Amino acid sequence: MAAVSLTVNGKPVTADVDSRTLLVQLLREQLRLTGTHVGCDTSQCGACVVHVNGRAVKSCTILALQLEGANVLTIEGLAPADGPLHPMQEAFRENHGLQCGYCTPGMIMTAVDMVRRKGHDLDDHTIREELEGNICRCTGYHNIVKAIAAGARAMRHGATAAAAE
Amino acid sequence: MYAFTFHRPQTLRQAVGLLAKNEEAKLLAGGHTLLPTMKLRLAGPPQLVDLSLVDGLSGIELRGRSLSIGAMTRHNDVNTSPVVHEAIPALAKLAGLIGDPAVRHMGTIGGSIANNDPNADYPAACLGLGATIITNKRRIKADDFFTGMFSTALEPAEIITKVSFPIPKKAAYQKFKNQASRFALVGVFVSKRGSDIRLAVTGAGANGVFRVPSFEEALKTRFSPKSLEGMSIPADGMNSDIHGSAEYRAHLVGVLARRAVAEAIGK
Amino acid sequence: MSAIGIGAAVRRKEDQRFITGRGHYTDDINRPGQAAIYFIRSPHAHARIKTINKSAAAGMPGVAGIFTGTEFAQDKLGNLICGWTVLSKDGSPMKMAPHAALAAGKANHVGDAVAVVIADTLAQAKDAAEKVKVEYEVLAAVVDPAKAAANGAPLIHEVAPNNTIYNWHLGDPAATDAAFRNASHVTALEFVNNRLVPNAMEPRAALAEYDAASGSLTLWNASQNPHVARLVISAFVGMAPENKLRVVAPDVGGGFGSKIFIYPEEVVCLWAARKLNRPVKWTAERSESFITDAHGRDHVTKAQMAFDGEGKIVGLKVHTIANLGAYMSTFSSAVPTFLYATLLSGQYEIPHIYCEVDAVYTNTVPVDAYRGAGRPEAAYVVERLVEVSARELGIDPAVLREKNFVKKFPYQTSVASLYDAGDFNASLQKALQIHDYKGFAKRRRESERNGKLRGIGFASYIEACGVAPSSLVGQLGAGVGLWESAEVRVNPTGSVEVLTGCHAHGQGHETTFAQLVADRLGIAIDQVNVLHGDTDIVQFGMGTYGSRSGAVGMSAIVKALDKVEAKAKKIAAHLLEAAEADIVFKDGKFTVAGTDKSAAWGEVALGAYVAHKFPTSEIEPGLKESSFYDPTNFTFPAGCHICEVEVDPDTGEAAVVGWTAVDDFGTVVNPMIVEGQVHGGVAQGVGQALLEHTVYDDKGQLITGSYMDYAMPRADNLPDFKVDMTVTRCPSNPLGIKGCGEAGAIAAPAAVMNAVTDALGTEAIDMPATPASVWAALQRTNKLPRAA
Ligand SMILES: Cc1cc2nc3c(=O)[nH]c(=O)nc-3n(C[C@H](O)[C@H](O)[C@H](O)COP(=O)(O)OP(=O)(O)OC[C@H]3O[C@@H](n4cnc5c(N)ncnc54)[C@H](O)[C@@H]3O)c2cc1C
Ligand code: FES
Ligand code: FES
Repeated sequence: MAAVSLTVNGKPVTADVDSRTLLVQLLREQLRLTGTHVGCDTSQCGACVVHVNGRAVKSCTILALQLEGANVLTIEGLAPADGPLHPMQEAFRENHGLQCGYCTPGMIMTAVDMVRRKGHDLDDHTIREELEGNICRCTGYHNIVKAIAAGARAMRHGATAAAAE
Repeated sequence: MYAFTFHRPQTLRQAVGLLAKNEEAKLLAGGHTLLPTMKLRLAGPPQLVDLSLVDGLSGIELRGRSLSIGAMTRHNDVNTSPVVHEAIPALAKLAGLIGDPAVRHMGTIGGSIANNDPNADYPAACLGLGATIITNKRRIKADDFFTGMFSTALEPAEIITKVSFPIPKKAAYQKFKNQASRFALVGVFVSKRGSDIRLAVTGAGANGVFRVPSFEEALKTRFSPKSLEGMSIPADGMNSDIHGSAEYRAHLVGVLARRAVAEAIGK
Repeated sequence: MSAIGIGAAVRRKEDQRFITGRGHYTDDINRPGQAAIYFIRSPHAHARIKTINKSAAAGMPGVAGIFTGTEFAQDKLGNLICGWTVLSKDGSPMKMAPHAALAAGKANHVGDAVAVVIADTLAQAKDAAEKVKVEYEVLAAVVDPAKAAANGAPLIHEVAPNNTIYNWHLGDPAATDAAFRNASHVTALEFVNNRLVPNAMEPRAALAEYDAASGSLTLWNASQNPHVARLVISAFVGMAPENKLRVVAPDVGGGFGSKIFIYPEEVVCLWAARKLNRPVKWTAERSESFITDAHGRDHVTKAQMAFDGEGKIVGLKVHTIANLGAYMSTFSSAVPTFLYATLLSGQYEIPHIYCEVDAVYTNTVPVDAYRGAGRPEAAYVVERLVEVSARELGIDPAVLREKNFVKKFPYQTSVASLYDAGDFNASLQKALQIHDYKGFAKRRRESERNGKLRGIGFASYIEACGVAPSSLVGQLGAGVGLWESAEVRVNPTGSVEVLTGCHAHGQGHETTFAQLVADRLGIAIDQVNVLHGDTDIVQFGMGTYGSRSGAVGMSAIVKALDKVEAKAKKIAAHLLEAAEADIVFKDGKFTVAGTDKSAAWGEVALGAYVAHKFPTSEIEPGLKESSFYDPTNFTFPAGCHICEVEVDPDTGEAAVVGWTAVDDFGTVVNPMIVEGQVHGGVAQGVGQALLEHTVYDDKGQLITGSYMDYAMPRADNLPDFKVDMTVTRCPSNPLGIKGCGEAGAIAAPAAVMNAVTDALGTEAIDMPATPASVWAALQRTNKLPRAA
């Protein structure tokens, strides 16, 4: 066991972990942040996407010990607990961008990162390409694409700045 | 995963020392090949040596007529670097075709070429541009570096520190993705630098990345897709699996080579 | 239409928890002292288990228990069962082989569990599992369903000679043969309906806990039907009586059929939890899902369609071999029979149909219902045949369809289904118009100018949902009734809980069911909570699959609401001192007809509970009613999907460039949700047609065991969909709902393949039409356009 100190959703966290603990395990099993999901064992589905130091990464493919001093943002930290939703979350609801909800946290975290890198005017083609690493079995992606385009536009007005980023 | 000890050296010397001490120790770069294999218990290194704190391993630099990219430079950083865009746009594009955005935030050029996956993209660029792979010990020409699938000229305790790409006049990369893994089913990198013409193929070969001398010769006469019209390579030695027969892969090499040349000359 | 009522695109109530990461899926739940369980699975497709030596593993750190199939068998629990009996032609019952939750003696597919390790952590359980030595004697395996019944094929189960489960048939062979003899044209096709891996994004999971004090067990389980799980585990496996077994299906991350079935893992978790007196949790890793979730489809079919000189269909003959895998999963027998052959008339008048189905065992993962279950296979047979016939007869495929549509309802097909309502031509015409069918020739020429091949394909599908009534399904061999239950529980302040036996795992019941109730009672939608998925909370129910929740589940709610309203009126009459017959209930208000006297919904609800103003000898206090609703017939959603593809002949890549869907789902409660169901279904159908390929080698190893080799549809594989509706009400349920959950997956494979074959000019290509297989087909036909 070794100790790792990092910031998760704006709060400092120190945890004792086995070297083989993945970030997703630290989040789900030790910090009980279960919004980050696991949908595959080949790093392909994106259900586990969180932000590390502001960039989208797959939390199933990074060791907790690699994150000493890092700043991690999960779906739970995207908007303040009792405050308004992040515009991307709101856009997913408004555009029916989710059904079973399992892929959704990873989709939303990917979408927010997409806007950071690609801006607020996202065409469908770009969004579909950018979603290569996020698999959804329910929605056929149609409404996810609409949601991300709408969420990206809404983020321009920056209703809620990412709480802890 | 099997249990392992985790090391985070601060210098290259420390890293080399850790590798030298334990033959089974493995370097951890972006982890996007190594960790998935460890998770499935297909690999179980007892020691993991993380390179992320080692100084001077990442970054992009223009040095005269070559572009130098540090081993720990992430795919996304190559993809979005203005320097790379200016010097070798085909390389920037290639980096942007690797995996998905989250993979590109972690995966590194050093990890990719050290791994030499037969379907990986970077090996095609290294071979197709005539890059030099620089390690803590020596400089290795791409032509000598890739020695077969998942195998390279790297020796034990040898660490890639950077890759140096000569800047071509024209270059392009065409990738046809495997529909499941999205790695290259076939990828073709072509470049022209003076009279030096290189055409490298990834994905197709049963033995990893390779050059196509017959295509290169044809392009020397005239650097145009027309020069490759009707040309193909033999299916012998091509990979054959559920995603495509050897004939199909051989055929794609021709198609993608023509497309790459067309792209390189801006058509 | 009110802002929240039937027909309104109300935003989903359940979304808040999902978009904030606060859903509760099975793996999110943890119990004190919980241990992890790891299943040791056979790496061989067919092997005798000679010895299992666990001595080296027993003392490993954290290990709490290691159990083998033999030890499991010693506790004399029952087997997993297939709950639907199908009889062969000769009247003999299907050959159901024993299926123990842990294999003892013999493993019959790669992934068959032979032992388990339970430890403090999963990593410890895996470490110990590697030290458990299982010695196998590898046996020859059979994988190809077309070869399973052949002489000399390895025998999988003693009870099933020739690996044959049943030889079933439907229809009149003599009359069909006669129709073929008199036909002026016959179109014949042979095809494989490819095996699919369901791949709900939440892997299956089970968490079992034993309470020694009460002797009861609780199972949290990613399940589409917790009550049926409890029934099977209690009545057939004999784990515990139903009153000592609680099954909770919390948030479930997609099912598509794969979470209907009762699997070994939940049984073993319950057993181990009681044995160790400690909670035991299992969550599948994706590679485990691939080799244990029941797969779908896997048919090998020969079919012929006969026409008279006028282009009218006169007969259809179908022979199908259905691969059911190594064991009969919970509903597997019904899928290639009652859910398949009964739909072979499609949208057409076909006077004579004869269908034979041979179901076989193979050394592969069991096959059962997957989105559409039998109906996509039927639609594929009919719609591929009609399209190819049109090509052979030189008739526009839209015209040939129109000529043969059933136009008068009710219509009795020659394969038992009684179509109650529909307007097939309305969907077709609307789809043609939305899709700009007329403009296709021009689009095709443009593609050709760019060196591409363009094709268009139709699927005028029909399906049957809300399988019922129970007496009929009973005659057909079902082990359960297929009604649904509801309870409407009005609280003293007027808010409402609705308890339903349906289960939502993406369908949005918390919203649509609340819409129905809020609209009917004239209260805010926030005042209605929909409860489901817990056998301790909800009265019995049959769960969600087969697009039944709207047609059957909501009908039960309507019936319960009728009773609530009737009782509330009685109470209102007393409160308002008027005759019951004069009470009118509208917009959440009870009024006395012809007066301005009224009582609000909340007043009456409170009145019911305080019970001050009515004689409790006549009217019981409280306001809570329930209903068990059994529909009078199946429902028959139908529609027309048009797919347009563009093929790059150089690479063989087929891209879907246009999609139009016009469906008739009867009454639509929430169009936003219904459209979402169509999108998702079409995506799965496109996946089947172009991407998803389940490949076993001849030793029975699954080659496509992860997303590295099994191509899941991603965003860039799919186009924007144009989705529209036509409406004919369903006459067999009070709301007129037909169901929408599977339509897309039923229509899409045929539409895509009709388009691909149109582009290629050859019918000789099976699903999935991958770039490699399209390219190979083009090499065979020489139909190549001018080079790019
Ligand atoms: C979902 C997914 C999709 C992907 N798609 C593609 C794709 O389309 N195309 C593609 O090319 N790749 C793809 N990859 C692979 C990705 O690019 C990897 O990141 C890359 O191949 C390995 O780089 P890494 O930095 O992650 O290396 P690691 O996984 O950390 O290491 C890989 C190997 O290289 C060794 N190594 C690492 N650094 C060095 C060094 N400096 N010197 C010597 N040895 C070293 C390690 O010891 C290890 O054996 C994909 C990966 C994933 C998970
Ligand atoms: S769980 Fe991380 S990518 Fe699938
Ligand atoms: S909403 Fe179910 S997987 Fe995306």
